[in-house]
Amino acid sequence: MKKKATNSRKKQKKEIELPTPKLHKDDDISASDIDEDDMVVEQHDDGVDSASDVSSDADQPFTDDFLHGSDDEDNVVDDDDQEKGSDSDSESDGSDIEKKSKAIDAKKALEEQEAKDEMLINIKEQDDDFRLLTPQQLKEEAQGPPDLPRLQRRIKEIVRVLSNFKTLRQEGASRKDYVNQLTMDLSSYYGYNDYLIEVLVEMFPAVELVELIEAFEKPRPMCLRTNTLKARRRDLAGILLNRGVNLDPLSKWSKVGLVVYDSQVPIGATPEYMAGFYMLQSASSFLPVMALAPQEKERVVDMAAAPGGKTTYVAALMKNSGVIFANEMKEKRLKSLTANLSRMGVTNTVVCNYDGRELPKVLGQNSADRVLLDAPCSGTGVISKDESVKTSKSLEDIQSCCHLQKELILAAIDMVDANSKSGGYIVYSTCSIMVAENEAVIDYALKKRDVKLVPCGLDFGRPGFTNYREQRFHPSLEKTRRFYPHVHNMDGFFVAKLKKMSNSRAAPAPTAEQPEGVDEVIEPTESVIKKNVEDKVVHHRKHESTTREKVQPNNGVAENGKDEKTFSGKKRKERKRFSRDEISKSREEKRAALRTAAKGKSFSKEKKVAKKAQTTE
Amino acid sequence: MRPLDEKETTQVFEKLFNFTGNNLKNIVEAPSHEGPESDPGRYCFRLNKNRVYYVSESLVKRATNVKRDKLVALGTQIGKFTKGGAFHLTIQSLNLLAANAKHKVWLKPTAEMSFMYGNHVLKGGLGRITENINTNDGVVVFSMSDMPLGFGVAVKSTQDCRKMDPNGIVVIHRADIGEYLRMEDEL
Repeated sequence: MKKKATNSRKKQKKEIELPTPKLHKDDDISASDIDEDDMVVEQHDDGVDSASDVSSDADQPFTDDFLHGSDDEDNVVDDDDQEKGSDSDSESDGSDIEKKSKAIDAKKALEEQEAKDEMLINIKEQDDDFRLLTPQQLKEEAQGPPDLPRLQRRIKEIVRVLSNFKTLRQEGASRKDYVNQLTMDLSSYYGYNDYLIEVLVEMFPAVELVELIEAFEKPRPMCLRTNTLKARRRDLAGILLNRGVNLDPLSKWSKVGLVVYDSQVPIGATPEYMAGFYMLQSASSFLPVMALAPQEKERVVDMAAAPGGKTTYVAALMKNSGVIFANEMKEKRLKSLTANLSRMGVTNTVVCNYDGRELPKVLGQNSADRVLLDAPCSGTGVISKDESVKTSKSLEDIQSCCHLQKELILAAIDMVDANSKSGGYIVYSTCSIMVAENEAVIDYALKKRDVKLVPCGLDFGRPGFTNYREQRFHPSLEKTRRFYPHVHNMDGFFVAKLKKMSNSRAAPAPTAEQPEGVDEVIEPTESVIKKNVEDKVVHHRKHESTTREKVQPNNGVAENGKDEKTFSGKKRKERKRFSRDEISKSREEKRAALRTAAKGKSFSKEKKVAKKAQTTE
Repeated sequence: MRPLDEKETTQVFEKLFNFTGNNLKNIVEAPSHEGPESDPGRYCFRLNKNRVYYVSESLVKRATNVKRDKLVALGTQIGKFTKGGAFHLTIQSLNLLAANAKHKVWLKPTAEMSFMYGNHVLKGGLGRITENINTNDGVVVFSMSDMPLGFGVAVKSTQDCRKMDPNGIVVIHRADIGEYLRMEDEL
């Protein structure tokens, strides 16, 4: 009680001290009969405090003094005077009491008013109750330069509203209005182009979207991979620690990764780096190789190898045995690829410079145990590395990317030998988070070739989409893995592992487990490709004809292709005449014939050897 | 890609012999471990676009279906023929040389960086040196922790080294691993 009394007393004192000097006299007077005064004041103030403290006094005890004019102060002081007067002749008549109560009422009203005013000021400052802008306001805003703090605040507000839309939304505003505003604000605040930000908004809920975009603004931690051909991770970590590099093992999922926090020496120019003890590469580029899981003595193809981070990892896992075909189309990237390969002491590699789509003709169909296709992509997962992606990518870019990717993945599948003893796998990865470049490509491959998805062997990462907006993918696409910067603290990445079931080039016959609906999905991304093809043939046969058309010009050279062409010609005629069952039957026969022919010819030797290897193992 | 002709073979072998001495036999006769076959055969030398590669026979067989102008590299590059027809060992051959080296020097940690920027090895930076080095022998340069750093040619024999002053050159620089960074495009 006493404490509170002194408290309120102090408050009063301050109130009095602040205004003009004339008031000090009053203060002196009150100081003389301090004890009695305290008691009374306490009574009054208790009542007042309970009303005012909650609203204004508790936060800012002084603001009302400053905000209100001096006349208000005078009022307050007058009240005090009256109180004091009443105090001095305390037990007097009823009129005094009435006066007192009136004074109290007046004071109460005043403070309530003050509280209200203050509330209003607060609202103006913080815009607590978020409201969408009217078209008029938007127009005005578009004319001026962007007000970044305001944009950021608005983004936050919209995300808050969207996360609890039912209760927080503005009367009459639809979710779409909010999302549109958010899209606009994000694109102007972070500098994305309209297309990219729209796709991202479609892919993620608002809260996650903002996290993702924020994560894109920050660089990912620098990682290095120990080259197990030359060093062990513990030794390497020791050496680098001595050089003043602050590092840690990457994660429990990698036995060769190290993450670098900071370093006193340039980490890309230490003697150990030049001696090939480690490779600087992002954590995400470990994943496709781990999914590929190459075995010793295998034939592996890396279709887009430069600058060699993944290729050298594959070679290290194979302990320099077997053979790797490292292909790279861009000539200027070959230098870094070969330099890295020799620096890391990789000796089992043949580096070649083809377009990935020609590789099956060069290396032979069904000639590899595993194929790694780290496809060229739009790079929407690595915006933190390359800011230009934000503005440079359009729908056309993505479409041309995924067209190329679809051709490449078919080429990759054609190269793999389904009858391989140890392998028969294709790993497809991109550093993009676009559905069109990832799930849609895999789904396309599932329809065009006899392959199935298998688990990647990575126990983290999000499963791929099986439904995305109007698109419905094969249910097994949940076995693919997606990685995001805001969840896994690595670049945006996608990994899928396919197993080739048979060496036939046709798609698998539709079975019971694959419902009809899945086959006939509307895929807007495919529409581009479809345009090139005649409409007569059924969906999945379309592609066969396109690939053949592409193959034809070069057919004069490759004998394999020639055979195929004559086959396909026959097939096409038959298709028109027979029913579905008959077609599949005849196709089955042809496949068998092809298989035996292929076995008899070029691969008999290898297979014998492979068998031998198996038995010895 | 083609095998070396007789003249080229002598040139290559002379250079290698300078560094490895009788260990050259190991290089030529060692069984290879690359290639998918259970017995990938031996190593051989192949010439592609003036560069000489030391590569498993099994890889050579598989690389034959790659067009000549599309084939970039295979196995280990060990050197290249200059336009004038001389043969130079390049830094990529270091692993091979280090494994079979006859003459070695070890550098003190302070001298490592200097060598890796392309400077010659001075007496002052010398940590250890093998015996019986003669003038003009090929020498492989190691760090004190046995990490190969490059190679060069001895100026003085081991005996003469003892009497030298600290600023004298012991090994003339030929190639070092810093070239991977300094001149990636010219390798």
